[in-house]
Amino acid sequence: MTIEVKNIVKKFGSFAALDNVDLKVDQGELLALLGPSGSGKTTLLRIIAGLDWPDAGEVLIDGENALARGASERHVGFVFQHYALFRHMTVFENVAFGLRVQPRAIRKDEATIRARVKELLDLVQLDWLSDRYPSQLSGGQRQRIALARALAIEPRILLLDEPFGALDAKVRKELRQWLRSLHSEIHVTSIFVTHDQEEALEVANRVVVMDKGRIEQIGTPGEVYDHPATAFVHGFIGESIVLPVDVSGGSVRLGGRPLNIAANGAASGASKLFVRRHDMQIGPAGSGSLEGAVRHVRSFGPIQRAEVALSGGEGKTIIEIDAPRDRELQAGEIVSLQPRRYRIFAAQD
Amino acid sequence: MSTQSSVVTSATELRAYAPTADLTVSPPPSRIERARPRTGTSPDNLRTEPGPVRFIIITLAVTFLSVFVVLPLVVVFASAFSKGIGTYLAALGEPEALSAIKLTLLVAAISVTLNLVFGVIAAWAIAKFDFTGKTFLITLIDLPFSVSPVISGLVFVLLFGAQGFFGTWLQAHDIHILFAVPGIALATIFVTFPFVARSLIPLMQEQGTQEEEAAISLGASGLQTFFRVTLPNIKWGLLYGVLLCNARAMGEFGAVSVVSGHIRGETNTMPLLVEILYNEYQFVASFAIASLLAMLALITLVVKTVLERRLDEGQEPRDH
Repeated sequence: MTIEVKNIVKKFGSFAALDNVDLKVDQGELLALLGPSGSGKTTLLRIIAGLDWPDAGEVLIDGENALARGASERHVGFVFQHYALFRHMTVFENVAFGLRVQPRAIRKDEATIRARVKELLDLVQLDWLSDRYPSQLSGGQRQRIALARALAIEPRILLLDEPFGALDAKVRKELRQWLRSLHSEIHVTSIFVTHDQEEALEVANRVVVMDKGRIEQIGTPGEVYDHPATAFVHGFIGESIVLPVDVSGGSVRLGGRPLNIAANGAASGASKLFVRRHDMQIGPAGSGSLEGAVRHVRSFGPIQRAEVALSGGEGKTIIEIDAPRDRELQAGEIVSLQPRRYRIFAAQD
Repeated sequence: MSTQSSVVTSATELRAYAPTADLTVSPPPSRIERARPRTGTSPDNLRTEPGPVRFIIITLAVTFLSVFVVLPLVVVFASAFSKGIGTYLAALGEPEALSAIKLTLLVAAISVTLNLVFGVIAAWAIAKFDFTGKTFLITLIDLPFSVSPVISGLVFVLLFGAQGFFGTWLQAHDIHILFAVPGIALATIFVTFPFVARSLIPLMQEQGTQEEEAAISLGASGLQTFFRVTLPNIKWGLLYGVLLCNARAMGEFGAVSVVSGHIRGETNTMPLLVEILYNEYQFVASFAIASLLAMLALITLVVKTVLERRLDEGQEPRDH
């Protein structure tokens, strides 16, 4: 099933939660909506599910106008951040709920419902918990039951709101891999919302980066990481060093000193230079366009992370750099720095 | 639609993908474990004051309760049975007494039923939706608590009395509200309205709307959502509210006294009859009716304690 969202606008009072959002999700995709809190990602998900209504715009599920139907008629599986399991029902009854509330004409008989619930509990590997109540389960188990419950209605699409947000780090990692494997088996078109970039990049086929109610970039995890479209995306995904620079006539200056890098077509004026921590080359003093004193070095794994105070320019700028451990840096050492890969974006006020 | 059918057909292959780490689940909390927080705040663990101080405080509290609560209760029953059980039963068998009991039960049944419906609707509206004037509505719900019951009764006299707002119209159509059952029921409904709504609002607010949203997204209709999800979640709170509402409805004196007209054998409820009989020096009869109300209070107290325990247990521990 495909999902198409066209020109969606949603306002809460004067605050625009969604500002003209367009999105197309293909059949069988596992899409991540990634953004900081308040970026509108959950609102968008709830609008697709029918739990919220847009002020303007269209939502098409499989080409059919979804806004003409209420949430209960959209056949959309929704998994809530805090699970929202029915606390007075056993795990079994929770999963069976969607089947039991079907109109009598299409409702399955008890034996079929039981078999189906059993199948779903097997799928999430929790069939042995079927008589427990939600309060007796761990967070990870609750989330898997919530997923089984959503799948029970054979949803056309599956929507997950911060599915792992309330879980601890270890369980979260496992569930991530599990969700990806599950998706590659059942191939339901799915959208999940997250504020965790690692989660988005690791699980999704495509990532939609949102900020302030707008879509900043849509792309594969590789695209959004390696070719961020906007300053926001560059700053939000991956760790970046951001330096205020001036661009004029193709040359780039930091605090008045020219940097030996090309402007790459960036417009003249106040700009921001974005460099990934590991894309800053460290060399002996005098060999690069930036210079600074190493203040502090921490070594772990394959890298050493150095805190460098840039010399020159107004004020003291301290940046963090990831360098390979081929040459151990010393605190107090003067080094030169040269951006290997970088992006320049016009500075927003 | 072909993709949908494949959702679970491959359940067995997928077993392999399920995460393994949290399969070692902690056993469900046993009764002892659940009781632990309770013992944590038991008096045994709060020995912060020296012995004599504790003794004095406890003695004061017990003495106070004995004098002001237990003693009157004992007096009620002692006076009721002072002339023997025969006289007691005879007093309750009087037509006037039977009529008062019947009227009280009828009024309680009407007002509890209506307040159950209105209370749930009001609590639902307040807890689950945001709308302008919500704070005003919450304040309004509390109004019967803050107004003197006599005033509450008087309001209905002003509305439906002969000189009242609707008086002429009612008279023209021969409809009797004041000094009749409808007036007594209206006054009782007004006075007892907050109980159900008040006991549900915090509960429903705490539970939020997520379970309802989940039910709707699973295809449940509004009614199915209410009866299968909302109602089971609030049932203990609802019973609690109904219980208190009923106790107040049966015991209400002030408001009912104003609108009843005190027509013997017709518009006297139990509390009104207690006063009338007492004023006529029929102490045994008066205390016999009073003893019924006292028993109602005792039963209410026991049921309330049980319900409060169920409410505490129903409280799910917050997500971790």
